[in-house]
Amino acid sequence: MEQYEPDRLAPAQVAAIRRSFRNGRASFTRRSLLRASAGGALTVGGLGALSACGIPAAGKTQGGTSAEDHSAKEKVVNFSNWPEYIDVDSSGKHHPTLETFARRTGIQVKYTEDINDNNEFFGKIKPQLAAGQDTGRDLIVLTDWLAARLIRLGWVQKLDPANLPQAFANLAEQYRRPDWDPGRAYSYPWQGVSTVIAYNKKALDGIEVKSVSDLLDNPKLKGRVSFLSEMRDTMGMTVLDMGKDPAKVTDDDFDAAIARLQKAVDKGQIRRFTGNDYTSDLAKGDIAACVAWGGDIVQLQSDSPDVDYVIPDAGWLTSTDNMLIPNKARHKANAERLIDFFYEPRQAAQLSAYVAYMSPVDGAKEELAKIDKASAENPLIIPTKDMVAKAHSFRALSDKEEAAYEEKFAKLTGA
Amino acid sequence: MTAVTEAPPPLAPTTPGKKPPRRRGRLTPYWLLLPGMLWLVVFFALPMIYQASTSVQQGSLEEGYKVTWHFVTYWDALSEYWPQFLRSVMYAASATVLCLLLGYPLAYLIAFRAGRWRNLIMILVIAPFFTSFLIRTLAWKTILADGGPVVGALNALHVLDVTNWLGWTAGDRVLATPLAVVCGLTYNFLPFMILPLYTSLERIDGRLHEAAGDLYARPWTTFRKVTFPLSMPGVVSGTLLTFIPAAGDYVNAELLGSTDTRMIGNVIQTQFLRILDYPTAAALSFILMAAILLMVTIYIRKSGTEDLV
Repeated sequence: MEQYEPDRLAPAQVAAIRRSFRNGRASFTRRSLLRASAGGALTVGGLGALSACGIPAAGKTQGGTSAEDHSAKEKVVNFSNWPEYIDVDSSGKHHPTLETFARRTGIQVKYTEDINDNNEFFGKIKPQLAAGQDTGRDLIVLTDWLAARLIRLGWVQKLDPANLPQAFANLAEQYRRPDWDPGRAYSYPWQGVSTVIAYNKKALDGIEVKSVSDLLDNPKLKGRVSFLSEMRDTMGMTVLDMGKDPAKVTDDDFDAAIARLQKAVDKGQIRRFTGNDYTSDLAKGDIAACVAWGGDIVQLQSDSPDVDYVIPDAGWLTSTDNMLIPNKARHKANAERLIDFFYEPRQAAQLSAYVAYMSPVDGAKEELAKIDKASAENPLIIPTKDMVAKAHSFRALSDKEEAAYEEKFAKLTGA
Repeated sequence: MTAVTEAPPPLAPTTPGKKPPRRRGRLTPYWLLLPGMLWLVVFFALPMIYQASTSVQQGSLEEGYKVTWHFVTYWDALSEYWPQFLRSVMYAASATVLCLLLGYPLAYLIAFRAGRWRNLIMILVIAPFFTSFLIRTLAWKTILADGGPVVGALNALHVLDVTNWLGWTAGDRVLATPLAVVCGLTYNFLPFMILPLYTSLERIDGRLHEAAGDLYARPWTTFRKVTFPLSMPGVVSGTLLTFIPAAGDYVNAELLGSTDTRMIGNVIQTQFLRILDYPTAAALSFILMAAILLMVTIYIRKSGTEDLV
């Protein structure tokens, strides 16, 4: 009966599930709509109110993007990040890297874990940024596609290279030229995210899984395969498997991949499209194999020895979570110093040893080896040269393309 | 639905020559109403107006949104997503019926038979709801796990063969099927059924049962003719409190379901947060609201308990 004991979810898992899960019960809509409506709708009544609303075009931020920089006077930086995404000491209350930073620079980091989901967080900061107001945050961490959207909308500030000498020197080659921010004018990666195929050895029971095709076609895996609900991860892996490059994906490639996945959905091959909640299913063996995030696999492996991963021959998908400075942030220079601080290999290693995602910093491997040898040898944390050669990323999409692709993907996943 | 009756103004003092306090007294009820009215305006009326406006806008994030009275959005949304609407109503109705079947006997037991265990059982009903909705739903993934005892037993009893045939489950599993979603909905909204049932059952005068017995009614007849009709207010409010949130829920479908179990709440969420099609999301919300309002009105009319709810 042991195996049926209810899961004891680690705090990290709970946070991850929450993170995958947009919002707890639609709380967001009401709050942000209220804020957004306050300006337009308060003064008018009746039907006229309806046409008085409307949402102004983005990018036309009033009074420029930057605020007066209070960095010199106020020695703080407000840093918003995802849960469980920074090093913590054994007491669980202190973040050693941030404390080192405070000791060295005298700048206190007000660290808040208030980003649980890209889409939700976008909804949260949209009203302020659209209205050209300060969000109260100096540094935020967002995944590629959302970072790209904010840059496209003109809602984040250009970084000052003079404040970022280490970041410029130590950023790993593979992250230097994303098509949405060439030369990293606006953003620097916090951590790299890998999308690979994971499986449960016991549940597979000898069935070989090496590619997305195996997941989609092997009848023995019917109903025991899951894909990610992040459009770019699932579609990118499928497009790769079909011999196309996600960095140059065309509408035709995309439609062909959708059709291929749709066939698998229709015959019941794919059990679900999931957020991070696939992890418990995979550990239990309800899911035998799936498309998964490398960071999750590293964490899962420490508890479930049956879980392992494979890099398909066709390649794997890489993306990053990026640090950005929103418009009107009060402490821009302080935020830049913090970005630069995390590009010091020693700090980067300290961070990677704890969070188990890929480090975007050259030289982190040597430093990590001093702290934790196993992590330094783990390709999911420090990718090998062969692995880097097989990495691909999904290309930047325009506003219209993004909506169209998300819509097609939503149809595939049932809504 | 309760009729709002205005509090009568306080009686005017009879002694002449004391006018100022009288005038102030007349305004008091309105001042007392003010916080409630403000709350309604800010948290109900304004968001509604805003959403109504959004639903007839056109545009995109980069170009901005303008009100163009584009009512076609409603038609498009309905013709595109009617299967999800229908599914939501069916799942919510199934969950409501299951809640009633499970909740009524339990509420009856607590009200009439529990004796000194009453408080303990009440706590047992409510206690799980001190934890997060999300964690409770995730627990069902363990309960219904593919290799778990529940699914094993259902398989051994060939129950799954029947549910497979009905299309409620697929293969040898319950998770990621309609049955799992309905189970999750039933569990998550059960207390909203039990509590109103309990309050209306508990209010029934025990002497009515004795009287029914004295008049040679068998227990079943007593239940049918006395207990159940008197508990109707609880049944109606319980079913409403279960059905309405269940119809709009998306958490259970997201965690326990699959691609063919997505409910209208999932669609609205996807439209709003992922596709950023705010007009369609707003239109879907209004259609859902109108549909629920219509169904509830018909239901209350039919059950003839307007004055009791």
